[in-house]
Amino acid sequence: MSANTRQHKDAPLLEVKNLETAFSIDGTYYNAVDNVSFRVKPRQIVGIVGESGCGKSVMSLSVMKLLPKGIGKIRNGEIIFDGVHLENMTDSEINKIRGKDIAMIFQEPMTSLNPVFSIGFQLQEVLFNHMKISKKEARLKSIALLKSVGISRPEKIVDEYPHQLSGGMRQRVMIAIAIACQPKLLIADEPTTALDVTVQAQILELLKEIQEVNDMSVILITHDLGVVAEMCDEVIVMYAGKIAERTDVDSLFHNPKHPYTQLLMGAIPKMDEEVEKLSTIKGIVPSLKNMPKTGCKFAARCPKAMQECLTVTPQLAENEEGHEVACLLYETSQQKQEVNA
Amino acid sequence: MSTEHNNTAVLKKDKSSNEVLLEVKNLKTYYPIKGGILRRTVAVVKAVDDVSFEIKKGETLGLVGESGCGKSTAGRTILRLLEPTEGQIIFDGQDITNVRGTSLRKIRQDFQMVFQDPYASLNPTMMVGHLVSEPIRNYNSKSEKELKPEVMDLLAKVGLPEDAYYKYPHEFSGGQRQRIGIARALALRPKLIIADEPVSALDVSVQSQVLNLLKELQDEFDLTFLFIAHDLSVVKHMSDRIGVMYLGGLVEVAEKDSLYAEPLHPYTQALISAIPEPDPRKKKERIILEGDVPSPIDPPKGCTFHPRCAHAMPECQSVKPQLKEVKPGHRVACHLYK
Repeated sequence: MSANTRQHKDAPLLEVKNLETAFSIDGTYYNAVDNVSFRVKPRQIVGIVGESGCGKSVMSLSVMKLLPKGIGKIRNGEIIFDGVHLENMTDSEINKIRGKDIAMIFQEPMTSLNPVFSIGFQLQEVLFNHMKISKKEARLKSIALLKSVGISRPEKIVDEYPHQLSGGMRQRVMIAIAIACQPKLLIADEPTTALDVTVQAQILELLKEIQEVNDMSVILITHDLGVVAEMCDEVIVMYAGKIAERTDVDSLFHNPKHPYTQLLMGAIPKMDEEVEKLSTIKGIVPSLKNMPKTGCKFAARCPKAMQECLTVTPQLAENEEGHEVACLLYETSQQKQEVNA
Repeated sequence: MSTEHNNTAVLKKDKSSNEVLLEVKNLKTYYPIKGGILRRTVAVVKAVDDVSFEIKKGETLGLVGESGCGKSTAGRTILRLLEPTEGQIIFDGQDITNVRGTSLRKIRQDFQMVFQDPYASLNPTMMVGHLVSEPIRNYNSKSEKELKPEVMDLLAKVGLPEDAYYKYPHEFSGGQRQRIGIARALALRPKLIIADEPVSALDVSVQSQVLNLLKELQDEFDLTFLFIAHDLSVVKHMSDRIGVMYLGGLVEVAEKDSLYAEPLHPYTQALISAIPEPDPRKKKERIILEGDVPSPIDPPKGCTFHPRCAHAMPECQSVKPQLKEVKPGHRVACHLYK
């Protein structure tokens, strides 16, 4: 059905072009997401990685149009979902898409469920919002949904309250709510960060299964490179509000190009390798207010920084087929000379 | 490169002598649950239930397990921040299970703790200089003038700038705050440091800085670590030996290489297989456990892991397996190994 709106098979489901999202600090707006463009194809799992404060969550909130009112705003750029522009939509227009075609799950399954309503009520709320459905049908459907996310005794759980469930179960309920209307795109913001490894393994398995069954696209935001390697087709590495590198998952892990990506890979202790010292990245991500105005934002922490990195802003460009990187090390010498001249 | 590697390994072995610094015997810590008008104890949470292990001088023992398995409670009980319900804690040859008052205060100089949350564990109204010198002032009457060089030295050791002395915790990032916490723990030159999830609140790049620092300091100050964490790859990087906890009990203890190469307990096997590997080319067989960790108020009879275990046998439901040495240095509590 959705094929009508999509002209080609390969047409992206979501296209973000030159997105700039800014936050107001003491009356001045600072860009938290700075000129970011990417695409998500149908049925693709795209991972977004980076340290805290690099803009991964802000980007997903921009796509969902969930930025805090009066503080954050989309300054520039386009967000095209399934052929429709989202960036200038009113609240009532976006409400028809949000929760139905684009759904989101959050990190904290403890705080993202309302403690005073039963699980069934919170599931049915989504169904009533987006479907014409009777109370009885909604109840049956929510039981079926709970069953589909692997909850045993769904007939009982449907009448229970969030505090009666464990962390893993709550995240399963969140997933059930998110997939209630069979969305085309699921944004998962650190969905397993608060969970134990064995439960994380269960939830990742479930997400993969649902993605295949429902033909969904998924944007998976995480800081865990292990999760990325297990789950994603394509990966975007973000640093300080910009995309540092974008490529398929295999070349990210076996041929990382950006110095930031390389350092991130060396910083994680690996199970099958023994190293005395892990690689580190000196310093921290600069805060929004202290962001360098010119040049590469990673230059101050980069071991390979050159003089021109402080003045020339690198552009995201294709270095190998399907492998984009924003680093002066990979820009052709001709361009460099031009800049110097 | 590899010879260098071997050398350090040999050095380490030499350093962790056979002298035992800490010995924990049949430790039990129960939390009472009070209910009713009379606030009588209606049930107990068996947070740590019959745990025994020892740590040698200069060694790092890692303690892993999922949330609620009792690893933090075990750490806190050893420091006597919690009262043990039963069992013995022997530190440096002295039984400290029932030591009280001034003698406990005296012993406490020798063991310190590094906490998980660097945001919550530092008093926001105290200057970093005072935070770091507080443990020293607690035990010695020294003037600030005398203390300052000592504190400066500590700050330098953990890689903080000199002007950190006059700053407040909010002026630092998470990684730097954790360094302050480490400087504070080092202030009294302790013998044992219990690090309870010291890096789980940090980003990977900062995490690696703190892990490297802890290793350097261990060599420099001859420290013995009890390293508590839920991240198995971090624990493996840090530890010499590793203990795996499940529902209040220790299910397996072994040298780290032996534990990772050949995990014996079905829970350890599942735990290791559940770690997402940062390499898309490696597709490994996952053992996915069913369900959640049961409540420690009413743990399953027999082996606490049997309801989730793929190898459970009839006797697992009734007989609690004891921790037994099945290979040199490799102990496991499971009926599969006799």
